[in-house]
This record gives sequence, structure tokens and C-alpha cells, in this order.
Amino acid sequence: MTLRTALERQRSILDFALGALGRRRGKTLALVAVHALLVFALASVLLFTGGLREQVRAALRGAPDLVVQRMAAGRHEQVPAGWVETLGTLRGVSGARGRLWGYYFEPVSGANLTVMVPDGGWASPGGAVAGPGVARVLGLKQGDRLPLRTYDGEALDLGIAAVASPAVELVASDLLLVSEGDYRALFGAEPERFTDVAVAVPNPDEVTRLAEKIVRMFPDARVVTRAEMIRTYDAVLDWRSGLAAAVLAGAVLAFAILAWDRASGLSAEERHELGILKALGWDTRDVLAAKAWEGAAVSVSAFAIGALAAYAHVFLGGAVLLRPILEGWAALYPDLRPAPPVEPLALGTLFFLTVIPYVAATVVPCWRAATVDPDALMRGDA
Amino acid sequence: MSLRRSDRFLAALGVAAALGAAALADARARRAADRPAAEERARLVARLGLTDPCLFNDARYTRHLSQADRFAPFQDHPRALEHFPSGSLTAGAR
Amino acid sequence: MIQLREVTKVFDEGRPGALVAVDRVTLEVAGGAVTVLVGPSGSGKTTLLTLLGAMARPTEGRIFLDGRELTSLPERFLAALRRRTFGFVFQQFHLVPALSALENVMLPALPSGAPRRDVEARARAALARLGVEDRAGVRAGRLSGGEAQRVALARALVDDPKVIVADEPTAHLDSARARALMEIVRGLKAEGRTVVVASHDPIVYAADCVDRVVRMRDGRIVAAGAEP
Repeated sequence: MTLRTALERQRSILDFALGALGRRRGKTLALVAVHALLVFALASVLLFTGGLREQVRAALRGAPDLVVQRMAAGRHEQVPAGWVETLGTLRGVSGARGRLWGYYFEPVSGANLTVMVPDGGWASPGGAVAGPGVARVLGLKQGDRLPLRTYDGEALDLGIAAVASPAVELVASDLLLVSEGDYRALFGAEPERFTDVAVAVPNPDEVTRLAEKIVRMFPDARVVTRAEMIRTYDAVLDWRSGLAAAVLAGAVLAFAILAWDRASGLSAEERHELGILKALGWDTRDVLAAKAWEGAAVSVSAFAIGALAAYAHVFLGGAVLLRPILEGWAALYPDLRPAPPVEPLALGTLFFLTVIPYVAATVVPCWRAATVDPDALMRGDA
Repeated sequence: MSLRRSDRFLAALGVAAALGAAALADARARRAADRPAAEERARLVARLGLTDPCLFNDARYTRHLSQADRFAPFQDHPRALEHFPSGSLTAGAR
Repeated sequence: MIQLREVTKVFDEGRPGALVAVDRVTLEVAGGAVTVLVGPSGSGKTTLLTLLGAMARPTEGRIFLDGRELTSLPERFLAALRRRTFGFVFQQFHLVPALSALENVMLPALPSGAPRRDVEARARAALARLGVEDRAGVRAGRLSGGEAQRVALARALVDDPKVIVADEPTAHLDSARARALMEIVRGLKAEGRTVVVASHDPIVYAADCVDRVVRMRDGRIVAAGAEP
């Protein structure tokens, strides 16, 4: 058989398969719709988390090489300034700096702010820089006043010196940068104490060794490496775990039910039709090819519709349907705008997860019916 | 039957493929457009020594996931491990 | 042309309801002739037709087509044979009701890989030959009995088969149409085709184009006319 006749034959069989789908128009459309919806949900999550993951990875490249916390009775404890000095003198360490940060609950909006003291002169006493999310939730703009209440009930009125650009939403949405003096006044933090210590280690090969050394020096220290920070978010945003897995689990089950329904048997009508085809001289391969085309037409169409809709939803529509999942009960939520991920692997996986099992679920139940002799049809009991 | 069903189907697939290609081109453009912002974020992270992106803001233990403690969830609510929705989406710190 | 040697077909073999539909039948069907199987219902006519037409394998015995044994051929070859050598007309027509008459007639030719244009032209020609070309676009489910009959026959002819196998082709036709059908059978014979018909309709077995009548009862041949 030449390539030309082989192609023409497949086209003819495809014609027939599409005709068969067209005859069950309602059922076919429903199948494609449900399938497309499933793909849409999964692809939306995959595209969203995939894009976010790449942004987070890129952003965390600038994170501290090591963060040293102090633990007391199993809880975070302030770090004495002496630690910062000692850590800064370790061989292999190019610098250590005490970080000051904490959470402030803003009662009017119900928002949790991350209050932080920046290095250098970003926030002068009495002034503050607001993250884009903070400005949005509290309705702040440059020059506004932000009244806070200190740990002992005093009023602390800060002037908004600047609002951070929307570009840094992902990392700074809920930040409020204040001066060290205001920070200590706000939280009653003792002088010469820090929340934790950020340690710079120029040689990445030394990070682990240094982390171990620090824990030996300060048995009450807990050290977090940058690799661990990145790993944490890889786990949250990876499609096999975290966010995606939580959404996928239900969808995969739904798909399994759909496929099971297809696989569980042929209707009498379908069996009769297979019998006719066999009697007319279609061989088993032709019949199975027709069924495979049917399954492929449904699942490939559904994948195309679902995946394209998901792309539009996530990147043109701002992922509106995924928002509630990320927002949780937060009053302040970041306006995340992930860029499309480079890595199409997850979508490819989704393609094979939706198309191949569905085609199989369409073909396999016909296998037996397609291999029997067609005489049952002539005898009239098919 | 002026146009064969297979022709119409393959044409529809062609349209979908074209849209897919358009999406890829759009993705490339969006990534390029995001590059300056990405650099700005990385600079800010380095400058402030940030350890975590701001994904979940509802619970303290999911705001700084890489810094969180195992006991933190119980602090926010005495009875439930996953009091906040974001807690069920994250594995928490190791 | 087609030879059956000691052919037996048992349904539900080994089970309590086992039925011997064809019992050690030996028969030779001559090429280019019209053979009619006659017998009461349940006599094994239909089963014998399925065996002759390579639609089923015998439980025992051997079947030859032009000297080649069919009994042991793999399924793929049997399917190709059904397509190229045989044309079938079923008692219940077995048209796909939701397809148009034309599409039904095209069905057997689809896996051949012939260009669609040719297949469609042949299908239209077959419909025209049987005088139902004006029904080409009508869904098979809407055809009258007589029309469906002729569409089914057109479908049997579309691949230009050497052997036409028909099961009770006049069952749904009035006498005039039945006689018209036998005129068509005469035409097929004149083209050198082999026709095997199962029927208990006198219009069929008494027609003058019939070369041989084979009488069956209880799965056996009780009387066979002279071999031409």
C-alpha cells in the first residue's frame, strides 16, 4: 500500500469517525465540554504556578546565602548583636547583618503587614515606604500619614515617603519599610537585638560547611540556606505538589470517572455498528482506527480548547478564577502577574495525561467486539 | 457534502495550532516585558535581604514559609492544624 | 468457486443450549451461477450463508474459495476478502440509520484507500443502477422498506464483488418489487457474477435465472438440484 492510499484510507476513516461523533452530537459536545473544562482547570493552575515559580526562583537568586535564627524553647528568639559580629568574622563569610522584621496586624483593614528595617536610608525616622499591596489595601499614596499603634498602646504616626512600584508586588506587596528607631518603638524591641542574621557567603561550595559550623558555634541557632528557601517554593509551586496537586487531585479523579464510563462498555447500538462494519469488510485495524480517531478527535479538541482558554484566562484575564485559592482569608493579597513559564513540560504531560488515556478508553472496549466474526450480525442477535 | 468532515476537522486543528503558536509568541513577548521587573525584584530582594516571596498573607506561618516553624500553625488556632486555607496548599517548613 | 467439505457450525458449543446450526454440509457453489438455499426458518440457511461469505468460521470442516482454503486464513485476509470478493445483502438490511443512503453505500469502500471522489462516483453509480439515486442524501432511517432494500443491494455492489450473498432479500418487498429484484439478479448473473440467495419465497427460487436450488432442513441439505 502506498503512502498516498494509506493517507486516503485514514482520512476516510477519520471522516467516518467524525460522522459518528456528529450523530451523537449532544453527547459529543458534552464530552468535549467536560473534558475541556478539566484541561482548563489543570492548565490554568499549571501555567499560573509555573510562571510564578520561575519568577520566584529568579527573585530569590538575590536572597541571603544563609539566614541564622535563634531558637529558645522551640521558638524564634531575638538574636544578640554579638552574633552578628562573630558571624561576620568567620572565614568564608563576606558579611553579616542583623535583620529587623516582624508582623503588624492593621486592625481597620484586617491586613497583616510585614514591617521591616531596610539597610541604608530608605526610611528616615517618622517616614515609611509602603509595598504596593499595603498602599492598595490602606488607600495610601505618597505624602499620606499612616497611624500605627505601638506595643504599649502609644500612637505612632508615619509619613508615607514612597510607594514601591507594582513591579515588585511579588516580593514586597505587604512590606512596610520603617527606620530602626521607629521599628524598635513600634514593637518594643530591645536595642542590640535583631530578628535574625543574614550572612553572605561568596563561595557556594562553602555554604553547607559554614551552616554546620554555625550550628556548632551556636547550638541554639537554626540556619536556613538559600537553597532551602528556593526548595520551599519549588515544592509549593511545583505541579506535582503543593498548589497544583491540591487542585489536580480532584480533577484527575473526575477524569478517571469519565474514562471509566467510556471503558465500561459498548452500547448495543455501537456493537451493532461495529458488526455492520466488520461484515462489510472492515478489518479489526480499520474498526479500531475509527474508534481511535473518535477518541483522538474528542480529546485533542478538548485539550486545544482547554489549554488555549487557560492561557487566555491566566495571562490575559489575570487568573481571576485562581485568585480565591491564593487569597485564602487574607485581607491584603498580592496582585500576582506571572509571566508565561518557559518550560512547556507540564503542559506536555497534561496533553499525554488527557489524550492517551482517553483514546485508550475509547479503543480498548471495542477490542473484543472488533475481533469477533461478524456472523452474529447476520443471525440478527447483534 | 461540499467540504469533507476530515477537512473541516483538520482545518479547525490548524486554527488551534495557529492560536497555540500565537500564544507561544505572546508568551515570549510577555517574558521579555517582565524582564526589567524581574531584575527590579531581584535587586530589591538582595538589598533588603528578603527570604520569601509574598504569596500567602493570611497566616503568619505561610507568609515566610522558608522561615516558618512547625509549631507556628498551632499558635494561630489551638484546635486546627490547617486553620487558614493557604496552610493546606503548602507543605510548611522542613 | 466455493466448496464446503463436511462443514459443521455449532453455537454455544459445550454449553447446555448448544445448537448445531449446520451439520456436516458438503456443497459446491458454481461460479457465475445463481444458487438459492431454500428451507423453513431455523433450517440453517443463514448460518450457511455466513460460512460461504467468510463472515464466520466453521466449527469443523473446510471451506475453499477458488481452491484456496479460507478456514485457516487470518482475520485480516478474511476482512479483505469480504470487501473485495463478496457483497452482502442482509435480511434486516443493516444500514446505519443515521448515515445518508450515499454514505451507507460508500462504507465498504472507505478502508480501501481509494480517493474519495472515486468512491463517491461508484456509490452514486450503484444507487443509479438500482434506481434510487434521488434518495442519495436521505438518511437511511427514513427510507421505505423497498428503498432500504435497494440501497442495501447498492452497497453490496459498490466494490464490484464477484460473489453476492443475500439473505431473504424479498422479505420486505411486494411481489412486483420482488420480481424487479430478480431482474437485477439476472443482470448480475449476466455480468458473470456468482449469486447465493437464501429464501423461501417462490418468486425467488422459481425464477428462471436460478440455476440451482438447495433444500435444507435441520442444518442438513436434503435435496440439491442438478449442478449446472
